[in-house]
Order: sequence, then C-alpha cells, then structure tokens
Amino acid sequence: MSTSRPPEPTLPAVDDVDIAPLPEAPPEALQRAQAQRLEETWHTPSGFRYWSSVNNADVGVWYICCCFLFFLFAGVLALLMRAQLAVPNNDLLSADTYNQVFTLHGSAMMFLFAIPIFEAIAVLVLPQMLGARDLPFPRLSAFGFWCFALGGVFLCGSIFFGVAPKGGWFMYPPLTSAYSPGLGPDLWLLGFSFIEVAAIAAAVELIVGVLKCRPPGMRIHLMPLYAWYVLVAAVMIVFAFPPLIAGSLLLEVERAFSWPFFDATRGGDPLLWQHLFWLFGHPEVYIIFLPSIALIAMIVPTFARRPIVGYGWVVLAAIGTGFLSFGLWVHHMYTTGLPGISLGLFSAASMAVSIPTGIQFACFVATLLAGNVKRSLPMLWIFGSLAIFVLGGLTGVMVALAPFDFQAHDSFFVVAHFHFALIGGSLFPVIAGVYYFYPLVTAKLLSEPWGRVAFWVSFVGFNLVFMPMHWTGLRGMPRRVFTYQAGLGWDTLNLISSIGAGVLGLGVLAVFVDVLRPKSDASKSPRNPWQAGTLEWVQEMPGKLWGIRSIPEIDGRYPVWQQPNLIRDIDEGRFFLPDAQELRRETLITSVIDAAPQQCQRLPTSSFLPLGAALTTGGFFIFGTFHWWWLALGSLGSALGVFVYWLWTGTAQRPEKPAKDVGLGVKLPLYVSGPGSIGYWGVCITMLADLTAFVSIVFGYFYFWTIHDDFPPEPTPGPGVFWPALAAGLTLAAWGCTLLSRRSNGRDGALSFYLAACAAPGFAVLGAAALCAGPYFTGLDPTLHSYPAIVWLLAVWSAVHVLVGMIMQLYCVASRACGRMDARHDIDIQNTVLYWHFTLLTVGLTVVVTAGFPLVS
Amino acid sequence: MRALRVALLLALLASCAGPQSALDPRGEHAEILARIFWWMSGGALAIWLLVLGIALRAVFRPAPAGSERERTRGARQLILYGGVVVPSVLLTVLLGYGLALLPRMLAPAPKGSLQVLVEGRQWWWRVRYLPANGEPVELANEIRLPLGEPVEFLLESHDVIHSFWIPSLGGKVDMIPGRQTRLSLLPTATGELRGVCAEFCGDSHAFMAFPVVIEEKADFARWLDNERAAALAPSTALEGAGRSVFLQSGCGACHSVRGTRADGVIGPDLTHVGARLSLGAGLLPNQTVDFERWVSSTSRLKPGAHMPPFGMLPRAELSALAAFLESLK
Repeated sequence: MSTSRPPEPTLPAVDDVDIAPLPEAPPEALQRAQAQRLEETWHTPSGFRYWSSVNNADVGVWYICCCFLFFLFAGVLALLMRAQLAVPNNDLLSADTYNQVFTLHGSAMMFLFAIPIFEAIAVLVLPQMLGARDLPFPRLSAFGFWCFALGGVFLCGSIFFGVAPKGGWFMYPPLTSAYSPGLGPDLWLLGFSFIEVAAIAAAVELIVGVLKCRPPGMRIHLMPLYAWYVLVAAVMIVFAFPPLIAGSLLLEVERAFSWPFFDATRGGDPLLWQHLFWLFGHPEVYIIFLPSIALIAMIVPTFARRPIVGYGWVVLAAIGTGFLSFGLWVHHMYTTGLPGISLGLFSAASMAVSIPTGIQFACFVATLLAGNVKRSLPMLWIFGSLAIFVLGGLTGVMVALAPFDFQAHDSFFVVAHFHFALIGGSLFPVIAGVYYFYPLVTAKLLSEPWGRVAFWVSFVGFNLVFMPMHWTGLRGMPRRVFTYQAGLGWDTLNLISSIGAGVLGLGVLAVFVDVLRPKSDASKSPRNPWQAGTLEWVQEMPGKLWGIRSIPEIDGRYPVWQQPNLIRDIDEGRFFLPDAQELRRETLITSVIDAAPQQCQRLPTSSFLPLGAALTTGGFFIFGTFHWWWLALGSLGSALGVFVYWLWTGTAQRPEKPAKDVGLGVKLPLYVSGPGSIGYWGVCITMLADLTAFVSIVFGYFYFWTIHDDFPPEPTPGPGVFWPALAAGLTLAAWGCTLLSRRSNGRDGALSFYLAACAAPGFAVLGAAALCAGPYFTGLDPTLHSYPAIVWLLAVWSAVHVLVGMIMQLYCVASRACGRMDARHDIDIQNTVLYWHFTLLTVGLTVVVTAGFPLVS
Repeated sequence: MRALRVALLLALLASCAGPQSALDPRGEHAEILARIFWWMSGGALAIWLLVLGIALRAVFRPAPAGSERERTRGARQLILYGGVVVPSVLLTVLLGYGLALLPRMLAPAPKGSLQVLVEGRQWWWRVRYLPANGEPVELANEIRLPLGEPVEFLLESHDVIHSFWIPSLGGKVDMIPGRQTRLSLLPTATGELRGVCAEFCGDSHAFMAFPVVIEEKADFARWLDNERAAALAPSTALEGAGRSVFLQSGCGACHSVRGTRADGVIGPDLTHVGARLSLGAGLLPNQTVDFERWVSSTSRLKPGAHMPPFGMLPRAELSALAAFLESLK
C-alpha cells in the first residue's frame, strides 16, 4: 500500500474559507530544537513512575486494555453459562453459582466493557481527531481510569469468594433488599456507583474536549462525526447515570439503615426502583450503541474513498436518538400491569427511535453506494455488524410492540434480541475499530488472512449461539434459569447455542492472538495506512507522545484529503503551538461554535495524585460495602484531602506572563476564568449531573404521592415550615455572601472580600443544620414509612451539598490569603459561585417540596 | 420440490410445538400473538435481505461515475426513502395494528367470569379459585380451566417480584408485592400445558412452574368439586400411619389438609395433593417415590426452598408419609 496517495480527484471542492497565509517553514535546526523541547515536555517517566502518566496516549491504551480484560472475564462467564445450559438438568454449576455468574456477566459487560470502552477509545483518539495535544483535564481521565480499574477488579474478584451479587444486573428489589442478606447487593450498589462516578468524570472531560479543544477553523459543522457522537453519548451519560446513582443510594440506604423506599409493607414500592433503573437503563443502551456506530461513521468514508453522504442527517439522527432514548424506559416494564395508555405511548416512542437509527445506517449504506469501496478487514467487521445489528433492530421493533412483548418479555427471545443489537451494534464495530486504529497505537498492521478467519469464525459462532435463542424463547424458555427440564422442546436448541458459544469464543480468541502476537517488521504500518481524511491520521508512525507536531487550521471535514500539503505543513511546525519554549504542556482552547482560538491552556504533567484520589475514593466505597463505617469515613476524609491538594497544586495556577504568542501571529491569554474557561464548563456539567440525581429523588417523592391515597400519610407530621424556611433563608444568605465576595474580589477589596467570604461558611453550616433540624425536631422516623424516609433523604442530600459548598468557600479564603487569587485570577471564586447557584436551587427545591407540598396536597 | 416444501413446513411447525410454546397456541391471545409474530418475522426477513443486498451491491459493482450530484443521487434517495419514508409508513401501520389489539388484551373478563387468585411465593404458587357462586377453593401449583370460558387471574406476590406466564394461552403479567395485577385469558383448545415464573425471583427461579390443564366444562366442574371437598380419609393402615407422621412431625404448622387439624397457611395446601399432576411446583412427577424424595431432600431438589429438611425421618415413616400424601386424591 502506498503512503503518499494523492487525495481523491473526485472530492468536492474545498469550501470558501480563507486559509491564513502560512509562514515559511522554520529552518531545520529550529525545527529539531522545537521537536526536542516538545519531546522533553511530553515525556512519560519510566519505571514505576510510568503509572503516574496522565497523557491521553498512555491512559487511553491502559483504559482499552483494561476494558478488554473485563470483556474476556465476562466472556468466560458466558461460556460457563452456556456449558451449564448445554443439556437439561445439568449440575455443572449450582443455582447459587449460576445466579452469580449471570449477574456478573451482564453487569460486567455493561459497566466494565460496553460503556467504558466508549470512554477509553474516545480518550485515546478524540484528541488526535481534533488535533489537540490532550484532553482538557488529563488528570481527570487518569482518575476515571483508576476508579474504573479498581472498582472493576473489586467486583469481578467477588465471584472467587462466592459472594458476588446474584440478583441480576437489574437488581430488582425486594429480591435485592430484604430477601438478599449478605454482601452481594452492597458490592453491586457501591461498586458500580463508584464506577459510574468515574463514567460521569469521563463524560465531563469528553464534552468539554469536543466543545473547547477543537483546532482553529473546525467549526461545529465541520467536526468529525465521531466527535458528534461522543458529544451526544457523553451528554446522555450526564443525564442518564444520575437516576441510577440516586436509585442505588436509595436501595443501599434501605439495605443498610432500613429506610423503606422499596418495601411495600412500609409505604415503599418496588416499581420505583424499576423506573429509576430503566430511566438509566434504556439511554444506556444508546450510550453503548452511538459511540460504536460512530466508529462506523469514521471507517465507512475512509474505505468508500469519499466524504460521508448525509452528514447533517447523521448528526440530527444521532441527536434525535439521544433525545428519544430518554422516553422509552417503560418498555422494560410492559408486563407490570400498566394502563393501556402508557403501553400505547411507550410502544409508539420505542418504534419511533428506530427511525433515526435507520437513518444513520441508511447514510452509511448510501456512502458506500456513492463511493468506490475498498475491501478491508475493518469493512468486513462492519458488514458483519450491519448483518447482525439490522436483525437485532428488527426484533427490537417486534418487542417494542407491547402486545407481542407480553410473550417475548423475560424469555430467551429477548436475550437473542439484545445480543444481536449489542454485539452487532457495539462489539463488531469496536473490533472493526481495533483493526482500524491498531496502527495508530502500535505502528503495526494486523494480519489480513488471520483477520478474515477470525471474522468468519466469530460471525458463524455468533449466529449459532443467538439465532436459535429466538425459538428457545418463543417456545417458552424464560431467562435466568440455571437449568431446565428435558422434553419441553428446548434441548436441541440449547445444545446448538452452547456449541456456537464455543465457536464464538474461538473467533474472539483469534482476534486477541493476532493483536497480542509479536509482529515482525513486515507488518509495519506506513503513515496514514488507510488513506483516511481525518486528522488523527496525520501522526507519524510510530506516534509521538506530544500527539501532533503543530495544531493546524482546518477548513473542511476531511482535512487530509482537502487541504494540500497539510501533513508537511504540520510536520514543519508551520501551524499553532509548534514549540514548548517554557517546557510546559499546552493545547489550544477555541470557541464552542466557530472554533476561534481563545486561550492557550496549560496542561498538567505526570502525577500520582489521580491514583491516590482513586484509591481513597475507592476506599470509601469498598469499606462501606463491608459496613466498616469508620474506615469508610476515614477514607472519605483522605479523599477530600487529596482532592483539595490536587486542586490547590494543579488548577488555577497563575502563569508567569498573561499571554503568549501561539504562532501565526496569534497571541492568546494563559489564564481565563468565568464562562470562557474549561474549569467553569467542567463544574457546570458536573453540577447538571448532580442536579439530575437530586431531581430523581424528588421524582421518588412525587411517585410515592401518586401511588398513595394519602401522602404525606395522615398521622405523620411533616418537617413543618419553620425549620425548612430558616434553612432556605440561611442558604440564601450563604449564597448572597458568596456572590458578594466574588464582587469584592473583582474590585480587589480585600476587607469586604474576607468579611463576606468568612460569613458565608457560617451561614452555610447553620443552613445545613437547619435543614436536618426540621425532620429531627418533628420526630420523623425514617424507618417507619417511605414518607419520613424520603423527607430525611432530601434534607440530608441538601445539607451535604451546603457543607461541600462551605469547604469551597473556605478554599477561596485560603486561596486569596495565599496570593493564588486576586481580581484577575479568580477561577476559584467564579467556580464556587457557580456551585452555589446549583446548591441554592437544590435547597430551594427541597424546602418547597418537603415543607410546601404537604400544605397544598 | 413440493414434497420438500411440505417437509420444511412440517419441520417448522414441529419445531414450534410444546407444552410451553407461544407458537403452539391454545388460547385467544396466544393465537393472535403467534400470527403477528409470523407476519413480523416475514417482514423482518424481507427488510434484512433488502438492506444487505443494497450494501453488498455497493461493494461488488464499479464505482459510479459523473459529477458529485449525479453520483450521490441514488444515495440521497436511499436516505430519504429507505431511512425516513418507508420505515415511517411501515412502523405506523404496524403500530396501529398492534395497538388496536391492546384494549382487547387488557379488557377484564366479562362480569361473572371465573376468577382465580394466584399468589407468587419463593418458589411456588398459591391458587385460590373464586367461583361466582360458592366458597373459594384453595389449592397450589396447578391450574385447570374450562374450555372456551374466559377467566380472570388476580395476581399477587407474597415476597419478591414474580411473573405469571402460560405461553400457550397468552402473555405474562408480573406479580408485585403491594399490588394486585390482572390477566384475562380465553382457552380455545383442550390439552395439558405448562406455566412458569418469568421474572427472576432468586435461587430456584428455574423450579417455579405449574401444570395447566384445559378441559371440557363438565370435567372442570367435577375437578373443582373434588378440590372443594375435604381430604379423603386414609383407606389403608400405611396411609393411616402416614397421616399420624404428618400430624406429629409438625407438617400442619405450614400445610393445610382440610378435614384434619393441619391448618397451616405458610406452605401449599395439600388437601388434594395426590391428585395433582406434579410435585414441588412442576418439578417432579406425582408418584409415591417422588413424595419420599421431595420430603427427605427438599433443599437439594430445590435450592433455597424454605421447607425445613425432613431427611431425618426413619425410612418407614417416610414411606408411610408418602403413601398418605399420595392418597390425598
């Protein structure tokens, strides 16, 4: 394959954006010196310090490898299940073991493979596609990775001690509350909450990365489709994970402290869990699916040798899928005895979502039709994906129809359906992505003949496992049974599935062997081996840790095809940031819509802080699982300490000069605060997730109201009006003082700053106390009924937020006292004020709901 | 060729048969749903072939020539018609047809129909017939229905969530603690079927089934009359001895045998357990030897079962007990 293939002559004309005149290439000696400095700056330490790296090129690879390890683990569990079900009345696995195995298989495939692999691939390739040196918060990526790895090992390890969760990955109470003593459910609830926190961290990172770290000129309609998909999926994570985190909190509190949220005998309702779980669970399917077909959206144009047909269609369809996916959750609950109107509405919504999905695939096929298709291994896997996913989508339309679902629900038909949808819609595209991006990471190509064998073995194996399951299910075999009787018509079908599982296992193994085997020089990859048009392929082979030699100005969707000499100009350092004069890691921050350069962002270097933060945060969740509360609290305290140290030493650093020349005559500030800064965006997105979790709990309150004739129940007093009103007033005062202190800081009025900033934490502490005083002094016992339980939970939730806000206020006082903060350098107080806006909203809602609602209901 | 087609059709139909098969319908809902399934499957197969055909064509034919506009004309039409117009029309038709079925499937059985209360338990079924005229009749782990008569099931759960599913008659409905859900069915053919718990409910979820018999109205009435009656008195000395073992070992604390002083309500009613088609909620056939096995090794047969083990009973007492239980026709 030649490396210097010219751009396709049939490409559409470059549009009419003016390309800024490039300077002459600097002399070669200077180029070498620049490269030397970049290398020094982006160097990853060796030895054990290697693990302190925060560079996306390192973290992304760790992340992906870790995901695939968990994938193998969950795959072995699947093989165990198929071995058990191969023949009727088998006793290879006991009921207890089988239930642990299927629970862990589902949970691990979802939480430890399908979702994190999206984040892992995005961490690795997104900055490359955007021509950025790294993501905006490299330490946050590393923190997310370490949380994920730690939590995953903890959860998977539990099965070797026979204490793994065994209530299904959906964890329906009361089976997982009163009817499951033991550690299993706690492991699930706390372990996965920990991992979900990491997922939200990654989502924040990716959203800000897509919106603020694009190269100059890459206006939002010129972004690679992958970036659009990452944006949609990450936004979905921000709104979909919090309901599950809130649900897990409720269930864990019910298990640990007997607050009856789901216990029907004390005013709770098991269905509340199902609503919260599927409010997460259905969007989650698309969080897995969208970033995977994003890979298809990148690979298809490359091998069709032309830009995608229907870019706008794909973007709108992806956004539409994201929106609709939040309105489908009830289709997992069709058989819970809902009224016909709900069934009708959710059937319609569930079918509607297949239209944007279909549009995306229509665009991919249309691109193939309009192009000149080159056959390759990634394309082979994509065709496999198409064949499998389309069938899974069609059976999805069947089960979306409520009446048919009455039969199919919880039978093996559904098992067949979602494995077609997820393996076709996620695993196969991801493997296509592995073949496609492998040279980018290793500078080697995977074997063509070996890859074809692996594909066909996997494809045939897959269909042998899952095709018969449609029949097994409709012939009445329910899911999640550890064995079955002979003679019900399931014997042969199950045997075929089990044999197929072995074949599929071999196919997957073949892929792994090819990936891991030592490779000779013969498999060395040329630069841009697939002649792709997007920015990630401009990298040298092998890639450098600095990512891209200089950050180019972009004026098309496929710059490598459309901008002549782009690679040469990048290599010669003729674009932005070709140097690291101060030996500091830097990347460009640009505006959200037009990608106009706004700031030169300094990035952190290697550090063990993310690992330390993950270990201490993990300690809180892990000790909590064993109900070792003091150790858990100690760990939480240490985590707080690590985070404060991290923020103090790693964020809002005052630069040695206000602005810097980034090349091409552009001078950019080094310090930006307020809405223009990435930190502000990060806080804002995090708080949106936080607010969503809170709203989920409020949803619980009103859900109880809808199912009870009297809510609040008659003899139970509410928290009254006095204490909640006082709490609202004090929180308002704390918020007001925070605002005042920001204003004073902005005028460098030290005295008024300290007055306001010291009064604020005082009001905050009193506000938190008043929040809890309401239910306390009115004698609400949270273990008696769901009403006092949810009132207490809302109060405690709000109080904790107020106290965290107090810590932030004190941090600002310290920051100014130590000279980190002044009128111009005010990131800390800006972000604290933003946090307090959300906290005020939280407390206000809590007060209105707990104190106000009983007055009107 | 024709013989081959017939053979294929027969093979397909045979692969759908079974006591628990939704594709071997014996009830009104199941018939409708099986028909929809075949229609949807045919449609799905056609769409699948079409999509793959178009995609493969793109690979195996020369690249289109002409200007960008000419080359993408077909592709753009594919997006518009294949992605938007055709799916919207097809889905609207399917949705309209499917939702039109809903009122019929959710409608309560006509007033005066037979009502049966079924309570899900880990891992068995309490069944209470509520005839329009007459006292309720309690039994467990078996359901018989008169042919052609609508029946309404009132579904409850005592502990965790279960789901009540008789695939040959129609769809399933969950049994949720704190709620009562309903399911109306109409059997259209006689036969011995099988129902099952469809919602994962713990260790022995796999062993929570029940036989279902659809029979002529007269046979059903005879059966229900028998179930209503008190237990038969032991007719042999062995059965009498078994009855003593039953009463003295404390079985009556959990089980009822109407006509004796055993009146427990924690476990299944055993008044006519000998007449049932299965033991242990669809787990074992109903023979004397199976009673012995069941009583002596309950938790080995059914992991997690709440019945305490009675394996310590002497062999002779176990045999007597089994003979007594088997005699409860």
